[in-house]
Amino acid sequence: MFGYTFQWKQALARLPQMLDGALVTMQIAILSMVIGIVLAVLLTVFRRSGSRILGAIATTWVEVARNTPALFQIYMAHFGLASFGIHLSPYVSLLVGITFNNAGYLAENFRGALKAIPETQTRAGRSLGMSPLQAFRYIVMPQMLRIAFLPMTNQMVWAVLMTSLGVTVGMNTDLFGVTQALNALTFRTFELFAIAAVIFYLIVKVIQTAARLIAWRLFRY
Amino acid sequence: MIEIENVHKSFGSLEVLKGIDLTVDKGEVLTVIGGSGSGKSTLLTCINGLEPINGGRIVVDGIEVHAKSTDLNKLRQKIGIVFQQFNAFPHLTVLENVTLAPRKVLGMSKAQAEEVAVKQLTHVGLGDKLGVYPTRMSGGQQQRMAIARALAMSPSYMLFDEVTSALDPMLVGEVLDTLRMLASEGMTMICVTHEMKFAREVSDRVAFFHKGVMAEIAPPAELFGAPKDPELQKFLAATH
Repeated sequence: MFGYTFQWKQALARLPQMLDGALVTMQIAILSMVIGIVLAVLLTVFRRSGSRILGAIATTWVEVARNTPALFQIYMAHFGLASFGIHLSPYVSLLVGITFNNAGYLAENFRGALKAIPETQTRAGRSLGMSPLQAFRYIVMPQMLRIAFLPMTNQMVWAVLMTSLGVTVGMNTDLFGVTQALNALTFRTFELFAIAAVIFYLIVKVIQTAARLIAWRLFRY
Repeated sequence: MIEIENVHKSFGSLEVLKGIDLTVDKGEVLTVIGGSGSGKSTLLTCINGLEPINGGRIVVDGIEVHAKSTDLNKLRQKIGIVFQQFNAFPHLTVLENVTLAPRKVLGMSKAQAEEVAVKQLTHVGLGDKLGVYPTRMSGGQQQRMAIARALAMSPSYMLFDEVTSALDPMLVGEVLDTLRMLASEGMTMICVTHEMKFAREVSDRVAFFHKGVMAEIAPPAELFGAPKDPELQKFLAATH
C-alpha cells in the first residue's frame, strides 16, 4: 500500500539551508509587523481624525485587507503593480503583501481596543494642555497597545505562516521557498515538508513565549 | 480674573446654561451648589474650553476662551481642572502621571518635572506613593493625585467638578482637606460641590444654580443664613 521509503538522513542533511530560510521568514515577519503596527496606528489616527478623505482611505484599506485572501494581496503587490510598471522583487512583494494585511487587521484590533478606553482619559489629557495628538500619543496609545497585545501576537504568528505564500510569486529564500526548491531537487517531499512544519511550529512557540515575557516585563499595572 | 458674560450653552435642544453672568477675582474661592442638571458642571468645562458655548463670552485674564484665535492648549495650562472621576492614567505610575504634562506640554526636563511633581505629591500627602500605579490606590488617593497633577502645571485657577462625589464617605474628608489647604494658600478656585459644610467653611462666595440660571450668589453666611430665592430655600431644606 505504501511504496514510499522514508529517508530522513537525506532530508536532514538539508537542515542548515532550511534554517537559513527560517531566518528570512522571521525577518519578513518581523519587518511586516513593525511596519504594520506603525501603519495601523496611522490608520487608527486617520479614522479618528474626522477627515472624510483620511477616514475613507483607512476604511478601504481595512476592508480590503480583512475581506480578501492574503494570497490576492501578495499577488497584487507582485503582478498587479507590475501592470503599472512597478516591478517588485519576490521578497519585497511578499513583504508589502503581508504588511498590508497586518496593518488592516491590526487597525481593526486597535479600534476595538480604543472602545475600551474611556473618552475621559483624552479629556483629562486635553485639560492639562495637551494637543489631541499628544493626548493620543502619551495617554491613549500605550493603553491601546496593551489591550491589543494578544491580538498583535496572533497577527505576528499569522505573519510567519503567511510567508509560505511567497512561493507563489517566486520567493525561494524563505523557509517554505527553500523547502520547495529542495523538494524539486531531491523529491524527499514528505520528509522535507515535515521538517519545515516542525520549524514553523517552533518559530510560533518562540514568538508566543517571547510575547509572554514582553507582556510580563512591560505591563506592570 | 475669570469673567463670564451672558453665557448660553445647549446640548442639542436642551439649554443647560441660560445666560450666566459671573466674575471670579484672583484669590477668590467660589463654590457652586445646585441640583443635578442645573448646569454647574457644564459651566466648568466651558471655562477651560473643553465645551464650546452658544452665546456670550468667557474671558480669563483678558483672553477670550472661545475666540477662534485663542490657543486653548496654552490657556488650559493656567486653568487646572479636576473631575468627579479621577481620570488617573492607569499605565503610568503616580510620579509619571504628574510629570507627563509638565514634560510634554511645558517642555520641562525629566529632573525638573520630577522635582515639581514630588513637591506637589508631598503637598497632597502622597510623597510615599511615587512608584505606585494608580489602580493600587484608594479613590481618595487617586483624586489627590489628580489634584497634584493639575497643580504641577502651576495653574492660576483651579476648577473642581464634584471631586468628592465618586468617593466613599470615609475618603471624602482627605480630599476636602486638600481643597481647604489650597484655599488657605490663596489659590483661585471654583468648586462645584454637594458638600454644604465645606461650601460654608471655605467659600468667599457661594452661587446657587437652578435649571441653567444662577438663582442666587452671596457670601456663605448670607446665602445659607438667609436664602432669598425660593428654589434655594427648598434646596437647602432638602439637603440639611
